[in-house]
Amino acid sequence: MAVIVDILSWIFLVAGGAFCVIGMIGLIRMPDVFARLHGASVTDTLGAGFIITGLVLQAGLTQVSAKLIIIMGLILLTSPVATHALAQAALHAGIRPKLAHDETGGHIAGAEAGAGEDESSNS
Amino acid sequence: MLYFASAVAVTYAFWLVLSGHFTPTLMIIGAVSSVAVVALASRMAVIDREGHPIYLLVRATWYWPWLIWQIIKSGLDVSRIILSPSLPISPTLINVKASQKTVVGVVTYANSITLTPGTVSVEVEDDEITVHAITRDGAMDLAGGDMDRKVTRFEGGAPA
Repeated sequence: MAVIVDILSWIFLVAGGAFCVIGMIGLIRMPDVFARLHGASVTDTLGAGFIITGLVLQAGLTQVSAKLIIIMGLILLTSPVATHALAQAALHAGIRPKLAHDETGGHIAGAEAGAGEDESSNS
Repeated sequence: MLYFASAVAVTYAFWLVLSGHFTPTLMIIGAVSSVAVVALASRMAVIDREGHPIYLLVRATWYWPWLIWQIIKSGLDVSRIILSPSLPISPTLINVKASQKTVVGVVTYANSITLTPGTVSVEVEDDEITVHAITRDGAMDLAGGDMDRKVTRFEGGAPA
């Protein structure tokens, strides 16, 4: 039984590590700020999620597991806020995303219609 | 008052989990400090329906597992895109409607979008969210409104 849990937890730990590396590769390969965020979010969610699941399996039904689950909850609540803040700050700084498709019709939520959208759409 | 009591209960449970001390003196000190913390927080007027949305706890039992499943699915999709040599991305910017009635609902929706790999909410205004998606398919999935309806049901409104 202990061996099965051990094997399972190592599968989770290795998978988590692999997703962290994949997220990092994504961070490097993607063309612009907004696309890079998508690479980073793989590390945030799957990487951290699998590693913490693996660690919970290692720790068993203890206080340590409860703390790990709280940490996971904290990551799940805070990382989208940080990602959103970063994306919004980039947009406000005037960085236009490199787009293959623009479905917004030049309108961004909260902005005046059509402000400064012309040069990057449909590139 | 109900929110005060439940905030104290949650804070105290949090303290117990983090400390792991079960001697009477320390448990009383913990109880006193959780009451003090919540008292300070309610002077800041953050202990209310919006700041302490405990009523969502029951519905979270089906929403969170569903969200985690979505995260795993789209996480695998994004990983496949990252690892494929041709990097088949088609970055798309799209506006989606948020049909939630409460602020907590819209924030939950925007955060769920960002949490799901492949889509990031870039800007939120009232009931409209501008989303950057890594593929056009991801954007179209979101525009289909499945997640929107789930979040609306999560916050307690009628499914749109």
